[in-house]
Amino acid sequence: MSLFQARVFVHLRPSVLDPAGEATRSATKRLGIDGVTQLRIGKSIELEIEAKNKDDARSKIELMSDRLLANPVIEDWTLEFKNEQKALKN
Amino acid sequence: MKIGIIVFPGSNCDRDVRWATEGCLGVTTSFLWHEATDLNGYDAIVIPGGFSYGDYLRCGAIARFAPVLNSLISFVNKGGKVLGICNGFQILTELGLLQGALTRNKNLHFICDKANLSIESTKSSWMKNYKKYDAISLPIAHGEGRFQCSSDVLKKLQDEDSVALRYKDNPNGSINDIAGITNKNGNVLGMMPHPERACDDALGNIDGKSILSTLLS
Repeated sequence: MSLFQARVFVHLRPSVLDPAGEATRSATKRLGIDGVTQLRIGKSIELEIEAKNKDDARSKIELMSDRLLANPVIEDWTLEFKNEQKALKN
Repeated sequence: MKIGIIVFPGSNCDRDVRWATEGCLGVTTSFLWHEATDLNGYDAIVIPGGFSYGDYLRCGAIARFAPVLNSLISFVNKGGKVLGICNGFQILTELGLLQGALTRNKNLHFICDKANLSIESTKSSWMKNYKKYDAISLPIAHGEGRFQCSSDVLKKLQDEDSVALRYKDNPNGSINDIAGITNKNGNVLGMMPHPERACDDALGNIDGKSILSTLLS
């Protein structure tokens, strides 16, 4: 078994209105920054998972992302792995 | 006649529902803890409003894995009646018993107000005391009540006569002014407005009584 570190980004699908993102975009003008044409807010979920190998870790995280971390009706997600750690002593 | 009200950690309208069903309508009602699995003997299940498990990830996202909801799916498949109010509606969409999703209100505010509604379908037995396009008024109290779905799903909902309630003056940006929907069979109803808060004369509005009183027959 090895320990894998991963990050899942969950974001609203492009077709779904993001009022929180719009409110934040309007605040950029108040800060004096012009030209922000789009701003959308998502969630970043960082996790560590024990798995046999990277493919095993990936399939577990994909299931988790589809069923729990994101709602496929309104959200998409992307997955990236960080450094793989050495085998665990079990 | 017996009603069960599912109680999650963070539910906060469970007692209001019980007051409406038992206190105002006289139907035997009991609370079902989220870890319960036995729904035998219940004629209808209500999933009340509130913030199940804190609603930290997404409204209803954690609740859908509660043991009681596995039993609820079988209950629905056998034709049992289920009403999800507010957070209950959100949970039913997360669970896939109802289509679409509930998202942040367009104006970002938590809206606590009275909503004028139109009955859009009488397919569901929950709505059998109404005629199509009857006007009612019910309280709303939500931060994430903007109903969203794809155009395909919207067409399906309309073709199946599953849009149960529409807002007359859309408060939250819901697609197609939708305030409540049913499943294809009509035994599951999800709605953002709170009928249980409009059952007692003392509150000045009893428009919600007709929805809940369908349980009596």
